[in-house]
Amino acid sequence: MRELIESGLLVVVAILSAAFLIIGQKNSGGMTKKQKVMLWRILIATVLLLVLQILGAAAFDRLGAAGRWVRLAIHVVDYLIIGYDILKKAFKGICNRRVFDENFLMAVATLGALALAVYENGEYLEVIAVMLFYQIGEWFQSYAVGRSRRNISDLMDIRPDYANVEKDGKLEKVDPDEVEIGSVIIVQPGEKIPIDGVVVEGASTLNTAALTGESLPRDAKIGDEVISGCINMTGVLKIQTSKEFGESTVSKILDLVENASSRKSKSEDFISRFARVYTPAVCYAALALAVLPPLVQMLGMGMDPAWETWIYRALTFLVASCPCALVISIPLSFFAGIGGASRAGVLVKGSNYLETLSQVKTVVFDKTGTLTLGVFEVNGIHHSEINGEKLVEYAALAESASSHPISKSLQRAYGKEIDRSRVRDIQEISGNGVIAKVDGVEVAAGNDKLMDRLGVEYISCHSVGTIIHIAINGKYAGHIVIADIVKPHSKEAIQALKSAGVRKTVMLTGDAKKVADQVAAFLGLDEVYSELLPADKVEKVEELLKEKPEHEKLAFVGDGINDAPVLRRADIGIAMGAMGSDAAIEAADVVLMNDDPLQISKAIKISRKCLGIVYQNIIFSITVKLACLVFVAFGVANMWLAVFADVGVMILAILNAIRALRVQNL
Amino acid sequence: MKKTYKIEVDCANCANLMEDAARKTAGVASATVNFMTQKMIVEFDDGQDAAQVMNDVVKACKKVEPDCEIFL
Repeated sequence: MRELIESGLLVVVAILSAAFLIIGQKNSGGMTKKQKVMLWRILIATVLLLVLQILGAAAFDRLGAAGRWVRLAIHVVDYLIIGYDILKKAFKGICNRRVFDENFLMAVATLGALALAVYENGEYLEVIAVMLFYQIGEWFQSYAVGRSRRNISDLMDIRPDYANVEKDGKLEKVDPDEVEIGSVIIVQPGEKIPIDGVVVEGASTLNTAALTGESLPRDAKIGDEVISGCINMTGVLKIQTSKEFGESTVSKILDLVENASSRKSKSEDFISRFARVYTPAVCYAALALAVLPPLVQMLGMGMDPAWETWIYRALTFLVASCPCALVISIPLSFFAGIGGASRAGVLVKGSNYLETLSQVKTVVFDKTGTLTLGVFEVNGIHHSEINGEKLVEYAALAESASSHPISKSLQRAYGKEIDRSRVRDIQEISGNGVIAKVDGVEVAAGNDKLMDRLGVEYISCHSVGTIIHIAINGKYAGHIVIADIVKPHSKEAIQALKSAGVRKTVMLTGDAKKVADQVAAFLGLDEVYSELLPADKVEKVEELLKEKPEHEKLAFVGDGINDAPVLRRADIGIAMGAMGSDAAIEAADVVLMNDDPLQISKAIKISRKCLGIVYQNIIFSITVKLACLVFVAFGVANMWLAVFADVGVMILAILNAIRALRVQNL
Repeated sequence: MKKTYKIEVDCANCANLMEDAARKTAGVASATVNFMTQKMIVEFDDGQDAAQVMNDVVKACKKVEPDCEIFL
């Protein structure tokens, strides 16, 4: 019965390895040459072993006295086919004084078992099978890791392969690296924009999903700046490049994500340290297992020492102990987590930041550009004596010469082309406002002071924001309220953070207290500090850092343009709306590719999921490993089970790690 | 000076060992092996010849992991 199971297993292995060989032949990218060679070795060794198994010891006995040695020789050949590289590596390891690695473990375990088998002229099957299954495990590990590595990289790959340049009326595909600044490139529908630039001809819709994780398309027309990595969906665009390929958004992002896993987290450090202690410790434990119990039995209890049993157990112990599952699954989980996050439009600069992000309990926001759009808009028109639109028109025309953000927002609210010929005698009174003749009518637009100066009676406003009073021909005509508007998702984002377990939300702003308090109350923030200079913000963050317990982390969220010092000072700096802002990518640890503050809670959830998987893998692999070791030490498990435990744990850990890639539904 | 090299290594533990070995090589200020992207990032001490130092790094890595490749 047992022989039947063993033979069946070998048949399965042979079929599987043949199948993988065929797969490997088909798509050349799937396997490295090394893996294919190994697969051949596995196939040959398995078939040979199967033949030997079917012949059995009896077939060799017929050869007479030499039969035993012929049988040994064939088995040794099979053993060498499957395991020669392990022996070589183990030998080299000893020469280089690196004794206790897994090659050494396998070499000692199998050679030891072989010696026992020769001594007894017994079962060679197990010796070869152990080596065979170890190699299958190694092969599978290398294949699975390679595959998942490539899959994740492919997902993140937004690298454009070529740029179209027009030469003599024909399109020519060139390497994006070779395109100089200022050249005109052509992007056809369905193609990626390879280099940052400005549209000079054509109009189209762009899909920015690869960069922002957001599927809402953007429009691009003549004069618009476009960012590399977007996919052109509808029309042909001619783009004048404004950067070199290496400096373009897409290259920067790729660089960032690829280097992300080089910054190691504490969990990864823990594992490498653990592995360094673990391997030698297991070796000594195995040695003790081989020597101590027989000695105790022989000397202490006067029983038979049973050397073979204990040596066999010690060797099995060595096989079961390989730390691969642990060592591989942790960085793979982080890599998958970073990959998944980047698909959702969240760039994390390193595994360590992912780890910190999962412990965030305090989130500090900058106001302008983070929670609000940072664009001033006309919020209301009050007490207007004339048509509201007319009032805005007068104000916009009067302010047409000014480049102040307020004037700009008035001009935007007016919405039509400004006809400068309608405006004469513009008088700018610094700190007060403007007086000008529009269509021959005298228009005064400005603050309370201007009205006082002109002796016009005005009505003060209860709304929060900047108030522009308008007087026409010396008579009060009403006022316009201009305010920074809150982003549509800001309120939701704060709530999402609370439900994600963030304990404190704080807003810092350079704005007036009245404005800040109103926004904070509307959004439901816990604390607000207003009228701060950039240096004060750093100080405030430092205060907040001191207040909180050590293990709870503080995140600062800013737009990255003037917040660089604060982004650096916080435990973790999150920059918003980084499309095109180099400063943000530089200073922040986490970059949110679109302006949506909801992404912050998403980023935190992604990091928690990833870290959860990391801990699951650590605990699961260590527990199973230790349990196996105990079983083996007490003789419950044999070498077959040990190898299966090793490979099985590793495969489960890898599959679990891949889960970190799925973040869509968080 | 910082340089990035493409590497080929099969197991994560071996990558850790290579990182250790590279760090201990004379002329290397710091080294990081990124197993996932199969890259080695080496920062050299000032005034060191990168090509020469890398020769030693390759030797040191081959010692701990005979199977590894570093593409210079």
